[in-house]
Amino acid sequence: MAQLLFFYLAGVIVLTAILVVGLRNPIYSVLSLLIMFFHVAGLYVSLHAEFLAAVQIIVYAGAILVLYLFVVMLLNVKREDRYHYQFPIGALLGVAILTEAVVLAIQRGYSEDVVPSPPTSELSFTGNTEAIGESLFTTYLLPFEIASLILLVAMIGAIILAKKDILTR
Amino acid sequence: MANEAVPLNYIPILLFMAIVVAFAVISLLIGSIARPSHPYPAKLTPYESGSPLFSDARVPFPMRYYIIAMLFVIFDIEFVFLFPWAVGFKQLGLLGLLEMGLFIGILLVGYWYAWKKGALEWE
Repeated sequence: MAQLLFFYLAGVIVLTAILVVGLRNPIYSVLSLLIMFFHVAGLYVSLHAEFLAAVQIIVYAGAILVLYLFVVMLLNVKREDRYHYQFPIGALLGVAILTEAVVLAIQRGYSEDVVPSPPTSELSFTGNTEAIGESLFTTYLLPFEIASLILLVAMIGAIILAKKDILTR
Repeated sequence: MANEAVPLNYIPILLFMAIVVAFAVISLLIGSIARPSHPYPAKLTPYESGSPLFSDARVPFPMRYYIIAMLFVIFDIEFVFLFPWAVGFKQLGLLGLLEMGLFIGILLVGYWYAWKKGALEWE
């Protein structure tokens, strides 16, 4: 059952990822990206990472996808053929990554457990989100505060990039 | 939870998803079966409240939409960090409050900057 679920989710993720790159209509690409995000969230749920699954849907399916849609509308692309001649480079990189994955799989060996066993003891008692909060605000405090700085940089960068448009109204 | 790959609590959510998909598919299907279909060219042309079309609907969007979407993503991520803090608020105590205060304080600088630069204005 667990393996069946994994293969369903992984299969849909691979298929929709191919469709994102392969479809000619950018709006269809964005829609298949949406399906992919939801299936990645399903994968997270099956790995007992529920908080991550919620974040996947809220941030990726909710916000990042809107950003992509705006980019598609901003550039006003209808049927985009411009990027399809990059196929050789893409194929080369794809083969390289595939080789790497195969080599890694051979080195690690085959294991029966596709889905890792659920977390033990403490974690399952205090819930997923609480555990994340606990470690985020004690052990990983500095990365957390740095994250806010990175967000600040992103915000200011976006405003500066579009400043011309804002200032010359 | 136990050893199940998917916690059993998620079955209602799966049920909801199935209902959503089924509702869309069934209502479209019933519509296509029930409605008469006699298309001719004049009927198939798009129209705007009876007046003929004057331009393509697909025009380039102003940059402003992109800025708003970008700011939305950033504050969305801020909310994601806020969530585990709110859940574990009692255990984290005063220290957690101060940490979150610093986090939001840094982002408030960005908010102030966006406000000052007029990125939030719309006309």
